Amino acid sequence: MAVRVQTADFDCSAEIAALRLSNPKIGAVVTFLGTVRDMNDGLAVSEMALEHYPGMTEKALADIVAQAKTRWDIIDALVVHRVGPLMPQEQIVLVAVAAAHRGEAFCACEFIIDYLKMEAPFWKKEQTPEGARWVDARVSDDDALQKWKGNQ
Amino acid sequence: MKIDIRYFAGVRETVGFAHESVDLPGGVATVGAVRDFLVARGGAWAKALDTRRALRMAYAQQMADESTPIAEAGEVAFFPPVTGG
Repeated sequence: MAVRVQTADFDCSAEIAALRLSNPKIGAVVTFLGTVRDMNDGLAVSEMALEHYPGMTEKALADIVAQAKTRWDIIDALVVHRVGPLMPQEQIVLVAVAAAHRGEAFCACEFIIDYLKMEAPFWKKEQTPEGARWVDARVSDDDALQKWKGNQ
Repeated sequence: MKIDIRYFAGVRETVGFAHESVDLPGGVATVGAVRDFLVARGGAWAKALDTRRALRMAYAQQMADESTPIAEAGEVAFFPPVTGG
């Protein structure tokens, strides 16, 4: 179980290889990759800056991964989240979950990204033609979390 | 009681800086009371920490609510709803 917060880009293939080759009992790896869109809420986005709360971020991510490990029979998980300035189409976040079988890995991966979006202290600021603006939290993200809370 | 206060994202921009050490008067014993103490300063703090705006709070680098107790040398943080991922 590993979490990393970094400004540098990451290599998905290398990350997945390192995760799955660590244990021969792994039979499934599910990944989620989040990337920067060039449009949000009707405005073009030319750049996005990600701020976080050093220390708390790593704790929050480790706690979310630990919760996933408690709920599903997974073997390993990885979260890599970038901070700092990012351009459209750049990679933001990778969640990778390894398990013996796909079902547990799919559920745990979706759980981790849903919780990350609601509980990990990251904030996005976009550059648009109308100036810079902080991204608003989405109600749909909260709905996604309620799904897991009602399904303990 | 002396504590560290951290501000992030839009809250940090409104306050004008990211960190301060504060000597609290007696009786300020929860995260909510710290917020009320700062709001009472008026100006940028009242604007940034207005309870009618969506505000999240943390204590000791964990999500907290108004009733979370604080202790000497603790770290309280104020920030908007998170938007990572």
